[in-house]
Amino acid sequence: MYAYDEIDRTLVNERVSEFRDQVKRRLSGELTEDEFKILRLQNGVYLQLHAYMFRVAIPYGTLATNQLRALAHVARKYDRGYGHFTTRQNIQFNWIKLAELPDALEDLAKVGIHAMQTSGNNMRNVTSDQWAGVAPGEIEDPRIWSELIRQHTTLHPEFSFLPRKFKIAITASDHDRAAIRIHDIGLRLIKNEKGETGFEVLVGGGLGRTPFIAKTIKHFVHGRDILSYIEAILRVYNQYGRRDNIYKARIKILVHELGIEKFSREVEEEWQHIRNSSLQIDDEVIEDIRSRFTYPLYEKLPHMPDELRQAAADPDFEAWRKNSVAPHKVQGYSIVTISLKPTGGPPGDATAEQMDALADLADKYSFGEIRVGHEQNLTLPHVAKRDLPALWKALDKLGLATPNVNLISDIIACPGLDYCSLANARSIPIAQELTRRFANHELANLIGRLHINISGCINACGHHHVGHIGILGVEKNGEEVYQITIGGRADENAALGTLIGPGVKFDEVADVVEDIVEAYLALRERPEELFMDTVKRLGVEPFKERVYATR
Amino acid sequence: MPLVKGGKITDDSFAKLAVDTPLPESGDLLVPAERFLGEADALLKRSGKVGVIWPNNRDISELVPYLGKIVAVALVFPTFRDGRAYSQARLLRERYDYRAELRATGQVLRDQFVFMLRAGFDAFEVKKQADAEAFMQTAKRYSVFYQPTGDGRITALHRRMQLRHSEGVGT
Ligand code: HEM
Ligand code: SF4
Repeated sequence: MYAYDEIDRTLVNERVSEFRDQVKRRLSGELTEDEFKILRLQNGVYLQLHAYMFRVAIPYGTLATNQLRALAHVARKYDRGYGHFTTRQNIQFNWIKLAELPDALEDLAKVGIHAMQTSGNNMRNVTSDQWAGVAPGEIEDPRIWSELIRQHTTLHPEFSFLPRKFKIAITASDHDRAAIRIHDIGLRLIKNEKGETGFEVLVGGGLGRTPFIAKTIKHFVHGRDILSYIEAILRVYNQYGRRDNIYKARIKILVHELGIEKFSREVEEEWQHIRNSSLQIDDEVIEDIRSRFTYPLYEKLPHMPDELRQAAADPDFEAWRKNSVAPHKVQGYSIVTISLKPTGGPPGDATAEQMDALADLADKYSFGEIRVGHEQNLTLPHVAKRDLPALWKALDKLGLATPNVNLISDIIACPGLDYCSLANARSIPIAQELTRRFANHELANLIGRLHINISGCINACGHHHVGHIGILGVEKNGEEVYQITIGGRADENAALGTLIGPGVKFDEVADVVEDIVEAYLALRERPEELFMDTVKRLGVEPFKERVYATR
Repeated sequence: MPLVKGGKITDDSFAKLAVDTPLPESGDLLVPAERFLGEADALLKRSGKVGVIWPNNRDISELVPYLGKIVAVALVFPTFRDGRAYSQARLLRERYDYRAELRATGQVLRDQFVFMLRAGFDAFEVKKQADAEAFMQTAKRYSVFYQPTGDGRITALHRRMQLRHSEGVGT
């Protein structure tokens, strides 16, 4: 865990008081809606279909239990008793009153949580691997660097009015759980031949109307130079990024229009001017940040405790353990993923009661720490294996033990027409229907790892381009129509999915997904061949045939 | 539009010269970039002081040869959402060591003062009277800064190191 000190807390409080003043000026009419809009966005406040939506940052996905309780408190006191975890390590509340927002922010500030830059054309919440610090084989805890970058990019005086939003993601593992290749800047922590820590830097990824997978701009930037290198990229983008057309304003378009070679020459030239400036980070500074991350005092525990051996006889426990429990870097411990995808429920929602209860469980079983991942699930990062059966029972009581992590009903979906003013189509009801269709655990297990992503419009909040099966809602002649892609992925081999054919109607989507799955089961060479491998081997054609032969 | 300089609302001694009006004999002038570059010699020979209005989409390095001879650079925020002039300001101050007046013009609102001060602006043509009056109060809103910029304020990272070292003394 990272502990905010007095300096961080002061800044957050100063921000809250500034926003209180801004809300006051808006309510008195001193600020026009146009002027206020950017200010509220910079504090995570959107005007949505029904009400103001409030997006709170969970930097690099790490939460302490008192912070999770504070989120539950906000859900209960200022909203309708629940919150929605998103694909960007944020939580959103959908029914907040503008006049109460400063109070909600103040309540959150008390536990070091804020909503700074969760929206607007600035540098957004830095995201990272939800397994950071506990994943076996990682280079080092990427959150140390995430925190350095979080600080550097917060209220940055040069980059708070960029052409468009800007997202940075960091991973330190071979297996990329932070989806760095679909971010404006993706950072992969590596070591060079001398054993020094640095980054492979990728740039220009993103989804939305014009999706791109990020390209490597530099194979190694030393850790001490990472801030100056990021600053150089941003300065080039701030000056040359397009502002004439909102759809072309993201850095991915600039990189695409200039070409990565020309873009990287511009960045290199800028970087040479500033790399030896005060932006250079000395080891002492990094050590200082490192020292404010505390790690649990792990016990020496057996690899296979009796409790686990006994519980293995229970098939329900085993079903959950198989997909929710992952190896931890410390023997005797596990990383536990908590599915926020119950059968028939909206993906990513949690009630205030669930949040409070989870905080209690994290105190009891995970050294008071919780993580949020981009798959809209939560994680308990340090669970002793002997506690797994007890934890599972407790989660089950809360409706949080659905054994579907990484399976077909572990769906990522944006809010769509039910909440979002930009939507063309519904997302949540499609997700709900699919979780019902694939509620049978044996069938889901037979299918194996398969990610479905749903977006209610081209903005791609549900990351449909990178779903193994991607579903995009569009509007055609006043009707909701859904385009289906297959073969996308957001991991270290990130790829954009391929459209399989004409869009289908709302009522047909679940049938089409079933057809695709049946086709896969018939086509796979062996049970271990995952959906993605079959698609890679055969392309979209056989799936297209299966889906459209009878339509 | 009120001008804030040195933290106070002050009179503007500069007149803005249009692109096509004849050059007045005397008086301080702010001249659009295009015209300045075309008539630099004539402009600098006059008795009045000269400043330049530099658009936010033109490379600021073109102005570098003249920086020692002009007394003000006015950068432009066509809307407060367009942040290009922040980069230009920092380049002028930090890379090209420009020390004379750096003025923010256009849609300048109180909510940008802190960012502008940190980027190196020291003069502000403020859009609203109430914002101009709130300048000092707004400018002091923040006491913590995470990034190093040319304004020389100590960053949070370095403040922590100082605290740590002072705590370490004698222990
Ligand atoms: C409810 C109101 C929401 C609104 C109005 C909204 C608006 C937008 C817009 C306009 C974009 C497109 C930006 C662009 O790339 O040009 C976008 C992208 C995105 N949104 Fe949302 N969004 C909402 C909710 C959400 C939610 C709930 C999530 C997470 C589940 C989310 C996650 C994302 C992500 C990850 C992208 C990134 C696409 C990319 O990388 O380019 N948004 N959103
Ligand atoms: S993808 Fe479209 S519909 Fe879905 S949340 Fe984003 S903007 Fe709204």
